[in-house]
Amino acid sequence: MSEIAPKELRIVGFLCNWCSYGGADTAGVSRFRQPTDLRVIRVPCSGRVDPLFIVKSLLNGADGVLVSGCHPRDCHYTDGNFYARRRLEMLKRLLPFLGIDEKRFHYTWISASEGARWQKTVTDFTTQVHKLGPLHSTTEAQIGS
Amino acid sequence: MGPEKLKEVIKEALKDAEVVIAYKEGFDKLHSTPCFVTTPEEADAVIFDPRCVQNLASYLPSLKKKAAVVVKGCDSRTIVQYMQEALIDRGKVTVIGIPCTGIVSIKKVMAKTGHQPILDVTFPDKNTVVVKTPKGEQKMAMADVAADKCGSCLYPTPVVYDQLVGEPIESDKTYETAYKDVAELAAKSLEEKKAYWEKEFDRCIRCYACRNACPMCVCQDSCIAESRDPHWISQKSNPTEKFMFHMIHALHLAGRCVECGECERACPMGIPVNMLKRKINQDMKELYDYEPGVKPEDKPPMFTFSVEEKKIEEHKL
Repeated sequence: MSEIAPKELRIVGFLCNWCSYGGADTAGVSRFRQPTDLRVIRVPCSGRVDPLFIVKSLLNGADGVLVSGCHPRDCHYTDGNFYARRRLEMLKRLLPFLGIDEKRFHYTWISASEGARWQKTVTDFTTQVHKLGPLHSTTEAQIGS
Repeated sequence: MGPEKLKEVIKEALKDAEVVIAYKEGFDKLHSTPCFVTTPEEADAVIFDPRCVQNLASYLPSLKKKAAVVVKGCDSRTIVQYMQEALIDRGKVTVIGIPCTGIVSIKKVMAKTGHQPILDVTFPDKNTVVVKTPKGEQKMAMADVAADKCGSCLYPTPVVYDQLVGEPIESDKTYETAYKDVAELAAKSLEEKKAYWEKEFDRCIRCYACRNACPMCVCQDSCIAESRDPHWISQKSNPTEKFMFHMIHALHLAGRCVECGECERACPMGIPVNMLKRKINQDMKELYDYEPGVKPEDKPPMFTFSVEEKKIEEHKL
């Protein structure tokens, strides 16, 4: 039983293959305790994350979306996360205009060695989304399934 | 500015260009229609007045000919944006710019006349529109029937042109007043904004007219809204899919929308579809000091990056 909330929410995580996915793996291998709400989607680079992925997730049942890539200047493809940063920042500012709390979306940079930082990020983000509660009513959440 | 001068300029342009894209009278006196002028005789039918609402620059990327085009201030930004994105060869395009005092919204005029058949429309001066219907003559103030975009127009004089027909006009608006509507909506609470968009998008019939009219929608038959693989949106007409379509449109225009208002003009349901793009444009101005379609040498912010972003801060949880 997680200490955060009795009921799980749906959080989608887009993790860069080269850093954050490794970081999450490090956290797992180190047996750091993590909330279980996050569904991880492994992407080649945070630059692969189209802002529409996030919008589609949020519209179709996700209560929160986390995007994590390599630290700026550390990209496996030299500049993928620089483009990602501009796009994700644009989306972060657009979401409240649509009536979606921007706290439901977070983007960050975590390297493969930062297992502890991953644990902290995912725990804090899950807590934050739980504070906001579900984005969809139960009936709406069934649409995607 | 007399139409005679414009006709002369078009005839002159025909010596060099294969086709001149301009306006002529449409099926009734209230409507104008784009026309492709190839001979000097055809140029005599050309008109220019507040009825000329279409953005003619939209034709350029798919037109493989040497062309000249008649543009208003707002439309000229489309040409600059095309140049920034290398969608047109500027050397092949002659731009005939016309300083614009505002155009009418056909929908607003029709509503004012009670949707009567239009017999005649005249513009005695730049602030008045006189519409003749079977019920008699009706005088309207230009400000009441002008298109919404004219209320926030910062560039009445084309930003790029080879020939300017008429005297340049200064805009009496500032960036702050032009984006007042966006700021007002942004200041509302999350629930209010959600309710606002739910109400507006509820009317959407998914006709995609906004996309088809948009000069910056250049994917043509490869639009992801209609692709089956990947299947971004289904054929269902539910709020989620409607909203998703508008997000596709808005995000593909992030930092590229030149605010020519064609999407709103084409929308049969009167949805303020340009609002989302204007909001993104406002953010682009704040973050990167960039306005779409103003300086040809600029690069759209989503096409580039800087290693040290001055205005983007790391978000804390």
